[in-house]
Amino acid sequence: MDPIIVTEKLSKRFGDNWAVRDLSLSVPRGQVFGFLGPNGAGKTTTVRLLNGILEPTEGTARVMALDPALSGSDIRLRTGVLTENPSLYEALTARENLRFFGEVYGVGQMLLESRIDELLQRFGLLERADEKTGAYSRGMKQRLAIARALLHEPDILFLDEPTAGLDPAAARAVVDMVQGLSRDQGHTIFMCTHNLVEAERLCDLVGVIHRGRLRALGSPADLARQLWHNLTLEIDLHGPPSDTVRNSILNVRGVEDLRIDEHLAIVQVSDADVTPVVVREVVSAGGQVYAVRTREHGLEDVYFALEHEEVDAGQEGSVNA
Amino acid sequence: MRNWNWRGMRAVIAKDLAQVKQNTMVWLPMIILPVILQVLMPLGMILAPQLAGEAAVDMGEIEPLLKMLPASLVAGMEEFSPEALWVVLSSSYLFAPFFLIVPIMVSSILAADSIVGEKERKTMEGLLYTPLTDSELYVAKALVAVIPALSISLGSFILYTLVVNIAGYPVVGRIFFPTAIWWPLVFWLAPAVSVAGLGVTVLISSKAKTFMQAQQLGGVLVLPIVGWMVAQSAGVFFMGQSLMILVGLFVWAMGLWLIWIGARTLSRSNLISRI
Repeated sequence: MDPIIVTEKLSKRFGDNWAVRDLSLSVPRGQVFGFLGPNGAGKTTTVRLLNGILEPTEGTARVMALDPALSGSDIRLRTGVLTENPSLYEALTARENLRFFGEVYGVGQMLLESRIDELLQRFGLLERADEKTGAYSRGMKQRLAIARALLHEPDILFLDEPTAGLDPAAARAVVDMVQGLSRDQGHTIFMCTHNLVEAERLCDLVGVIHRGRLRALGSPADLARQLWHNLTLEIDLHGPPSDTVRNSILNVRGVEDLRIDEHLAIVQVSDADVTPVVVREVVSAGGQVYAVRTREHGLEDVYFALEHEEVDAGQEGSVNA
Repeated sequence: MRNWNWRGMRAVIAKDLAQVKQNTMVWLPMIILPVILQVLMPLGMILAPQLAGEAAVDMGEIEPLLKMLPASLVAGMEEFSPEALWVVLSSSYLFAPFFLIVPIMVSSILAADSIVGEKERKTMEGLLYTPLTDSELYVAKALVAVIPALSISLGSFILYTLVVNIAGYPVVGRIFFPTAIWWPLVFWLAPAVSVAGLGVTVLISSKAKTFMQAQQLGGVLVLPIVGWMVAQSAGVFFMGQSLMILVGLFVWAMGLWLIWIGARTLSRSNLISRI
């Protein structure tokens, strides 16, 4: 798929600190890209570099085939950004806020008013459109800020921690909105987050950044496959397995580890083909199998494994899928 | 190269002024200052001798100022009584420096609110992500300060003209204001000081974190005017038309230089790193 964002060894240094170092990534058009990392990892700096707010110290970037360092204004005309802080004018009403940004983005006067109404309606703010936003809850401000980012129908939507500081219900509403924007409207979304559940739910592709360096890039499933070559089986038995059953499992070629948790046998196998052999041997040894599950490694496992790997190794390495 | 985004710039100006209207701490001084300087103080100065009676004006107090004035100006004043002379001299010359306080303070207050206010209200980042270029943003922010400063100083001049002529008429017996030095003062020096005030505030704004901090630092701007006021009252020097044009030239040059330096200071990358 045609990439809409491409960076090559993109780096930004502030004083002696590299906020972003040798960042090379490619985000296909129409996908939701999750940029994961702890606070201070370099996510926001990357968004600023991609929008031409900051100039790179080294490396290059292309956003919609334009160089942000040279054509920042043209890029920003076609991107919408939800900053970590909603950046709303609290002395102005929601409608006045949207009207201001619509004019700055050059949305036609006639179109602007109907677009404002449409967005306020879509984000459930129409009834309070003429109230000053200072009186809004954090969730309402966030919804209005997303509406503002969409006002000029951008090609790429940058969302910096879209659910930070929101209560669970408001966070859920924002996640649903983002999902809708990507699924129904085909927006390319570049989402910075440290919320792994959210990223797993929304993202087609994730990049894990830590201390300014990209540690991994790929779909959540690809990254899990890269990190864990084996599979974990959970075999639900009728009571704790007998020694005969345990030995029958351990004797299967391809079984790497076995743990027993009451009536559950947790088996590490080298690949999926070993699964039916293990089940057959358990049954042959007199074990009663109620259920067999393959445990998938989630994004959370990937994230912490990478973080752990870095701490353990104290060296730089990366996983690319 | 694309055309300037004038609509976007107008939107920034309108938005900033709409916010000023809602912030009493910002707009109130811009009303109070001209009322005190251009109405109450001149009224007090003109009316006090009239209310106090004939002996209130002592020629000895006026003489130092008379001595400084060019002969051409003094020549037309021989007909005036000491009271009339006091009204004409004080409203025309002693009060001239006061007039500059309005444009300098208004441009400084508005520039501080427009630039530091965005940081303080945490709205700067959203603005920096808009397609406005650094130059467009800077010019819009400068106009937010300069247009009202010039409008208010022009309004103050009209108000002052009415006040001194009406209050002074019973003593002077004719319309005597504005005198010649006020034309370069209003249309040359006042715009220059508002631009210089803007330039200084822009530099302060790049460091200041709050509107109050920027305004306090900006207070130093009135010091040269106070100096002029003191020097003139003490009879040290008189600023005639030619000197005023020269001083204006210097202030314009300094103001434009400060604005040029400020443009570099207020670049996007500098602003975002100070949020």
